Amino acid sequence: MRSGGLLRLGLPSLALLLLFVASFAVGRFPVAPHDLLAVLWAKLSGGASGVPPAVETVVWQIRLPRIAAAALIGAALAAAGATYQGLFRNPLVSPDILGVAAGAGLGAVLGIFLSRSVVVVQALAFLGGLGAVLVVYLIGAAMRGRDPVLVLVLAGVAMGTLLGSAISLVKVFADPYNQLPAITFWLLGSLTAITLSDLLPILPVILVGLLPLYLLRWRMNLMSLGDEEARALGAETRRLRVVFIAAATLITAASVSVSGIIGWIGLIIPHAARLLAGPEFSRLLPAAMLLGAGYLLAVDTLARTMAAIEIPIGILTAFIGAPVFLWLLASGRRGWQ
Amino acid sequence: MLSADNLAFGYHGKPVGSGVSIDIRAGEVLCLLGPNGGGKTTLMKTLLGLLPPLAGAVRLDSEDVAAWPRKRLARVVGYVPQAHAAFFPFAVSDIVLMGRSAHVGLFAAPSRHDRAVAALALETLGIGHLRDRIYTEISGGERQLVLIARALAQEPRILVMDEPTASLDFGNQLRVLGRIAALAAAGMAVVLSTHDPDHVFLCGDRVALLHGGRLEAIGAPEAVITAAALKRVYGVDVQVVELPDHATRICVPAVEELRPRRPATP
Repeated sequence: MRSGGLLRLGLPSLALLLLFVASFAVGRFPVAPHDLLAVLWAKLSGGASGVPPAVETVVWQIRLPRIAAAALIGAALAAAGATYQGLFRNPLVSPDILGVAAGAGLGAVLGIFLSRSVVVVQALAFLGGLGAVLVVYLIGAAMRGRDPVLVLVLAGVAMGTLLGSAISLVKVFADPYNQLPAITFWLLGSLTAITLSDLLPILPVILVGLLPLYLLRWRMNLMSLGDEEARALGAETRRLRVVFIAAATLITAASVSVSGIIGWIGLIIPHAARLLAGPEFSRLLPAAMLLGAGYLLAVDTLARTMAAIEIPIGILTAFIGAPVFLWLLASGRRGWQ
Repeated sequence: MLSADNLAFGYHGKPVGSGVSIDIRAGEVLCLLGPNGGGKTTLMKTLLGLLPPLAGAVRLDSEDVAAWPRKRLARVVGYVPQAHAAFFPFAVSDIVLMGRSAHVGLFAAPSRHDRAVAALALETLGIGHLRDRIYTEISGGERQLVLIARALAQEPRILVMDEPTASLDFGNQLRVLGRIAALAAAGMAVVLSTHDPDHVFLCGDRVALLHGGRLEAIGAPEAVITAAALKRVYGVDVQVVELPDHATRICVPAVEELRPRRPATP
């Protein structure tokens, strides 16, 4: 178990580091590795880098925010996905199971429809995501006496469908030239034009969400045994469930509020992490976050370099995610049996 | 030690059974026997505090446990569910370690001591060799023993077992019953439900016969499990036969009822 630590976290860490470097280097404006090193060294030592100012601008103003965003959001979605999958004892669960993505989508779409600023759109997305899950949770709490987990999931499915219809309704009324493309692009997910000032507000929110997941990382295992067994083992499951749902929802809502809806990461990355690190949550969580960060960074780098135009990330994650998922289903059954 | 005091139990206010008073003593195996729907499982869940009593009380050393936090109860009463397929492929050692949760701080991970207790629980049941195996890849009988080990890692005084021999093959049934009898001999109080009266004869010190949510009888297996009682509760004809060793009894179905004699061929 201890000797497996290198494989479990070392290789993903190394891969992530290489991806960082590669992602800084490639793009519409390639940055040579030695220029990249010079820029980094200049920042650290405070001296002059000796490379053209345009290169510095690309590295610090364009690539860095985007790379940081991809790594942060990838790690966040994977952490939320691992949490939801354990909580709902179902490996087919993704972070939007309780309607957080649909709620965030409706918030953002309304913001775009009402021609509000980017900040307002992000805030509406965040609040929409939290609000949707809150309503689902309250419905679940009102239906006492049935399997609490099943009620939550079914209420989440119903809420997701309802909010999806509301999104479609707004799209019908939206200006087809101005607003509809922006709405479509948001719903497919993108990190284009993300800035550090977009990231700064969500970073503390994501950290606040990750903290209880880290602190309760061993307790989380009990939740995946089911409500009755966990209670018989001494866990106050109702309180723990509230904390885990709140934490994972906060993380997801904060992430999608700036990136739009990026599907599949929260679904397949925890699977891959479980193959690598096993289902024990204190080992699973860091592995999932590392893999999630690396995966979204790789996909975003592809999204901005593959074609002359940016490809929305949501499309790529689905194109990659669905076959990978089927492959996992066919071969790596250990992940969820 | 653990007692049900004129207990009514059921789901969401709908009573399944009522008027049940039993007490569970250290070092004895108390079997719950009765037909499906008789209230065995609901009674056990109420004893475990997983369902609130509809009337009466569950007491531990004559203290009502209704208001106890889960953690306090889990240090005294361990629950062994039926061996199920887990949803995630945990290592056996991780599953058993989860039995320590009532002793581990909310934000903490298990300590070296916790790991030692979990390892000892596996050894006690003679399955130390399974510790690094994957729970989902071992046999049903092994899983049942792992779940008993998990309950032992709680260091409880009472074990509540839901049909520990269900879905096990013949050999594993006997092995699990043997382990249960050994635990009781070491001082553990055990409550288990079963569908097989023969298992009561094999390992039960007392048996409670539950029928229609009522306690039909409670007492020594020889006194409670009679042909008349089984006929009344299950509606089938059986004989209860004492074996030549005078130590064991078994239930034998009335063969005529199952295989009507064919007329002899000329």
